[in-house]
Amino acid sequence: MWKLLKIELFKIFKRPRTYIAFGAIAAVVFLIQIALKYDGKSYVDLLLNNLSGSFEFSDEFKGKLLNGYMICFVILNTLLIQMPLLVALIAGDSIAGEANMGTLRLSLTKPISRTEYMLVKFGASVIYTFALLVWMAILALFGSMIIFGTNDLVVLRSEGIEQMKHFDVLWRYFAAFGYAAVALTTVSALAFLLSVFAENSIGPIIATMSIVIVFTILSEMNIPIYDQTIKPYLFTSHMVAWKGFFYVQADAEGTTINGSIENLPAVLRSLGILIIYIGVFFSTAVWVFRKKDILT
Amino acid sequence: MSNIIEVKNLTKEFKEIRAVDNLSFSVAAGKVYGFLGQNGAGKSTTIRMLLTLIKPSSGSIEIFGMNLQQHRKEILSQVGAIIERPDLYKYLTALENLRIFATMSGVKITEKKLMDQLDEVGLADRANSLVKTYSQGMKQRLGIATALVHNPKLIILDEPTNGLDPQGIADIRNLIIRLSKASGKTLLISSHLLSEMELIADSMLIIDKGKKLVEGSVNDLFDPAETVVELKTTDDAAVFEQLQTSSLQKYVQGKRNDCVLLKLHRNEVPVVMKELVKMDVNVISLHSKHSLEDYFLSLTTGNSHVEATKN
Repeated sequence: MWKLLKIELFKIFKRPRTYIAFGAIAAVVFLIQIALKYDGKSYVDLLLNNLSGSFEFSDEFKGKLLNGYMICFVILNTLLIQMPLLVALIAGDSIAGEANMGTLRLSLTKPISRTEYMLVKFGASVIYTFALLVWMAILALFGSMIIFGTNDLVVLRSEGIEQMKHFDVLWRYFAAFGYAAVALTTVSALAFLLSVFAENSIGPIIATMSIVIVFTILSEMNIPIYDQTIKPYLFTSHMVAWKGFFYVQADAEGTTINGSIENLPAVLRSLGILIIYIGVFFSTAVWVFRKKDILT
Repeated sequence: MSNIIEVKNLTKEFKEIRAVDNLSFSVAAGKVYGFLGQNGAGKSTTIRMLLTLIKPSSGSIEIFGMNLQQHRKEILSQVGAIIERPDLYKYLTALENLRIFATMSGVKITEKKLMDQLDEVGLADRANSLVKTYSQGMKQRLGIATALVHNPKLIILDEPTNGLDPQGIADIRNLIIRLSKASGKTLLISSHLLSEMELIADSMLIIDKGKKLVEGSVNDLFDPAETVVELKTTDDAAVFEQLQTSSLQKYVQGKRNDCVLLKLHRNEVPVVMKELVKMDVNVISLHSKHSLEDYFLSLTTGNSHVEATKN
């Protein structure tokens, strides 16, 4: 199995198109970092404008706000919305791409069960997803820490602001990236499932993105009838729960408690739902593929 | 074990289409078995069922004396195959492709052996070239190398000479003969080219619309003395009419665009020639033709020698 996985990874990383996603992430991260390096003050002023009615901010506070941790939070907010497309590019191509190239039929004449084949293919897609996130973490987190330095992290919410001490931030990012990996694996599993039905990779990629876009719109809409009926069951509603790691508990005096998470059960519940989605998408893909006649 | 492949009452239906219809045949060990039929006859569907790419609607397949569904891995580890076009990873080199399929076949193979395999099909000097730079013939040879890389006992090749130039066809033919005679491999080869099959196959099966037409040894199926002759004259239409009322009427099989078809024994050719001269027919050419199309024609017109060999 390990040998087969190595083959899959070799094939993925030998294709020039694989590196488009890495290039795209680097481009977005660098553009944000450059912009905030040279015009960060304007950006911070813009952010604080919404809260200025109820809060007064000193220049010292504003200066501390713009640090590596905050930049990474901005990048995560921006990029995690676009990442599903990059993930779908590879996962949607997994089976459909092989069918399109004609290599699927040759591969399946080898002494490998179809379940093994699917496990290896999906495993490689997941590793690719993780590699993208590690790349993003290196550039967005560690890169920003080097360029902008570290300080306390302030996160703006509609309800107010969250402030975390600088020593209480790094683990939250690791947790957030870990959560994002599961969220993106859900998209990967969906693209993988759709890939089983297609004979070229364009279809599954477009279908995955269409589903993600429609579900995201439904998740974001504030229509009461959807809040209890549809939203809790859409995987896109749970993909943004990584932000929960940056919402902290406060004691009776309103001081934030280091190492705390405001609503850990909600985050874990969302995580569980995403894992269930992954299981359903993947097992359906295997079930369909095992029954499928290979005619390409 | 006398038979490597034993297929019984194999049927495959795609919704309302019956692609393979109650097909039974067996392939003897160490032989080259030709699997013939026109495009759409059901050859590829049958081969895909032999390789577990398609599930049969009914019937059974035994390979190496084992049930294919129950012993899939064990069987496929001893089978090498190309199905239709030898599609490979175009963005990888020949050596990388070969290494991938060797690993997938479950064998540990050294770089030297991989190179030897490429050398066997004449691609050693292009081992590190990307497959997208290969010609169709080179891809076909690389496809065969991937089928042979794990030293299988049974080799299944679906239309292996498709898209090849005459030299490429001859190379593949020689390779097949070498594999069979020198290495003792069993080969099942599908084709729509009867002339090619006659040169390499020990026995063959002809199918049409998913059904078996005939099966048997090549010598039994094709009496080399029996031939279809194309007669070209200065006025084919008139000669065709003339022959219908002559003593040669019994040989006339039909008329094509620019010739008259006669079916006769080789010994009868001089007699026919003399008779044509007597009839004052202006003959431009007279040559023997032996194609699958003609053979099918003879099958469907109920020729006696074919009827005698039907199973």
